[in-house]
Amino acid sequence: MSDRIFGVFGLLLAIGYTFAALAIEESFLSDAVGPKAFPIIIAVILGLSSLAIVLRPDPEPHWPPLARLAEIAAAIVVMILYAQLLPVVGFVIATAVASGYLAWRLGSSLIATVLTGVGTSIGIYVIFHLIFGLALARGPFGF
Amino acid sequence: MDTFASLGDGFAIALTWQNLGLALLGCFLGTIMGALPGLGPSNGVAILIPLAFTMGLGATPSLILLTSVYYGAMYGGRISSILLNIPGDEPAMMTCLDGHPMARKGLAGEALSLSGIASFVGAFFATWGLILLAPQLVKIALLFGPAEYFALFALAFMTLGGVSSTNQAKSAFAAALGLGLAMIGVDTQTGVPRFTFGEVHLYDGLDFLVAIVGLFALSEVFIFLEERHGSADAEGRQLKVGRLTPPMSMLKQTTPTMLRSSALGFLAGVLPGAGASLGSFISYSVEKRLVDREGTFGKGDPRGVAAPEAGNNAAAGGALVPMLALGVPGSGTTAVLLAVLLSLNITPGPLLFTQNPDVVWGLIAALFIANFMLLALNIPMVGLFTKVLMVPPRVLMPIVAMVSFVGIYGISGSSFDLMVMIGFGILGWVLRKFDVPLVPIILGTLLGNSMENNLRRAITIDNGDWFTLIDSPLSIVLWAIAIIGFILPLIVGRKVKARMHERGDEEGSLTD
Repeated sequence: MSDRIFGVFGLLLAIGYTFAALAIEESFLSDAVGPKAFPIIIAVILGLSSLAIVLRPDPEPHWPPLARLAEIAAAIVVMILYAQLLPVVGFVIATAVASGYLAWRLGSSLIATVLTGVGTSIGIYVIFHLIFGLALARGPFGF
Repeated sequence: MDTFASLGDGFAIALTWQNLGLALLGCFLGTIMGALPGLGPSNGVAILIPLAFTMGLGATPSLILLTSVYYGAMYGGRISSILLNIPGDEPAMMTCLDGHPMARKGLAGEALSLSGIASFVGAFFATWGLILLAPQLVKIALLFGPAEYFALFALAFMTLGGVSSTNQAKSAFAAALGLGLAMIGVDTQTGVPRFTFGEVHLYDGLDFLVAIVGLFALSEVFIFLEERHGSADAEGRQLKVGRLTPPMSMLKQTTPTMLRSSALGFLAGVLPGAGASLGSFISYSVEKRLVDREGTFGKGDPRGVAAPEAGNNAAAGGALVPMLALGVPGSGTTAVLLAVLLSLNITPGPLLFTQNPDVVWGLIAALFIANFMLLALNIPMVGLFTKVLMVPPRVLMPIVAMVSFVGIYGISGSSFDLMVMIGFGILGWVLRKFDVPLVPIILGTLLGNSMENNLRRAITIDNGDWFTLIDSPLSIVLWAIAIIGFILPLIVGRKVKARMHERGDEEGSLTD
C-alpha cells in the first residue's frame, strides 16, 4: 500500500512538474530545442516510473511506530531552529544545544549529553575556526 | 613511454609534505569511517568535502585527501565485518561470511592482517589498471560529439541500478528526480529562470554539495534516531585480536585468489553501475566455485576473506576509470568525488588528461602512496581502529550532523542552504524507507545540466532534427548498451540482489 501511495505522489509530482515546465517563459532568442523540452522529457520518465511503482509495488517497508516518527519530527524541528537561530545566538551556543539534544535523544545520560554537546561544539570551533580559519556564525558574545 | 613520464611527474606533485600529510590524514579518517557501521565511503567523503574547502586546498590536494578517504574506507569496512559480523559498509558484507568465523576460531588477527594484504593487492593492481586503461578510454571519448555524450549520460543513468537493482522503476524514478532538481535555476542557454517560483536563492540552482550532504549524512542521523540505536555494536563483545601477521602458508594459499579477485573486481568497478559491492560479491562467488572443494567457505576459510577484500578494493580503483576518463561516475562515492571536481571548476572527461594532467597524475601517484600508507596503518595499527568501534552512535551521530551543518554553512554562509539541506535529509530518509536508491539522484543533480546542454547542442547543430541522436554508429552502440543494461536486471536482478543480501543488510539503499 505504501508503494502505491508513493507512486501516486510521484505521478502528481510529474504532472505538477509538467505544468511548471510549460509555464517557463521562452525567450525570443532560443535554440532549436528551447528550455522546456528536456524538463518535459524528465517529467514523462518520472510519470512512467511512478506508474510502474503503482502497478507493481514492492512489499511494505518497515514503518516505525508513531512515537519514533514523532522523535524524527522533533529532531527536524530542532535542526530547523538551529538553522534559523545560528546567526542570532552564535555558533558555539547553538551547536552545543543542538548536538546535546541529538545525543540525549539517542540515549545518552545527562552527563554524557552535556559532555557530547559542549565537546562537539568546542571541538568543531577549535578545529574549523581557530585552526582552519573558517568563518562561523558569530553570536552576541563574538563566538 | 609517455605514461611513465607522466606518472613520474605525478609523483613529483604528490611527494610534497602537504600532500603526503593530506594522504595520511585521509587514510586515517577513511579507515575510521569505513570501520564504523553506519558511515560508508560515500558518507565519509561527503562529510569531509567541506573540510577540504575550508582548508583552502587546491584541486590536486583536495582530491588526494578525498580519494585517500575513499580507499581508506574500503580498507576499514572489513574491521567490523571480521570482529563483529556487522559490515562497516556495504562492500564489506561478503567479508563477514568467512572473516567472522575465522575470528571466532581465534584467528581474528590473522583475518585482519590477511584482509589488509588482500586489500593492498586489490588496490595496487587496480591503480595500475587505471593507469593503463584510462588513457585508452580517453582516446575513444575524444571521438564523442554532443549526441554521443547524451547517449553516454543516458547509459550511465540506465545502468546505474545495475545488476543488483531490485526495482528498476525506482532507479528510474530516482534518476528523473535528480535530473528534475538539476533543472532548477536560470537556463544557461537562454537565460530564463526555471522552477524557481520567484525565490532568488534558487536562481543559481541547487548546490549539489548541499544535496549530497543532506541525502547521505543527515538521513543517516534520522535512521539512527528512528531505531534509537545509540549504543555501540562493539560493546561487550570484543574479540581478542591476537597475532597480527598471517603465516606464510596462509599467504601462499591465498595468493592466486587475491590475483584473480583483483582482476574480477577491477572489471566490476569499471563497468557502469556495478561498484565495489558487486566487485566483492562476484569475487567471492567465483572463488567459491573455483577452489572450495572441501566446503570450507563460510566456515572461516582464509581464501574467503582474501577474495572479497581484494575484489572490493580493486573495484574502488576501477570505478575511478569512467569517472576520470569520461566524467561519468559509476558508483556513489565516485559521484561524490565528481561533485568535488565540479565544485573546483574542473570538468572530468577526456580533456582533463590534456588540460589538467597535474590533477590526474598527481592523483594517481597519490593513490599508490595512500595504498602503502594504508597497508602500514592497517596491519600494525589495526588495534587502534578496533578501539574506534567502541564509539557509540549516540556520540558519533551528533558530531556527524553538526559537521555537516558547519561544512555547508562554511561554504555558503546562508541559513537558506541549511534549510535546503534539512529538506534533503528528510527526503533521503523517506526514500531510503521506500528502498529508492539515492545515488541516481546525486548523479542526476550533478550531470543534469551538462546532459541537457549536450542534447540541445546536438540538435541545434543538426537544425532541430531529433534523429541526430541516433545518427552515428557510436551512439547507436551506446544506446544499445544502455537499453540492455536497463532490461537485463529486470530478468536476473532479483536473484543476484537476493543472494547479495542473504547476509544482514543494515545499510538501506546506500551503496558504495
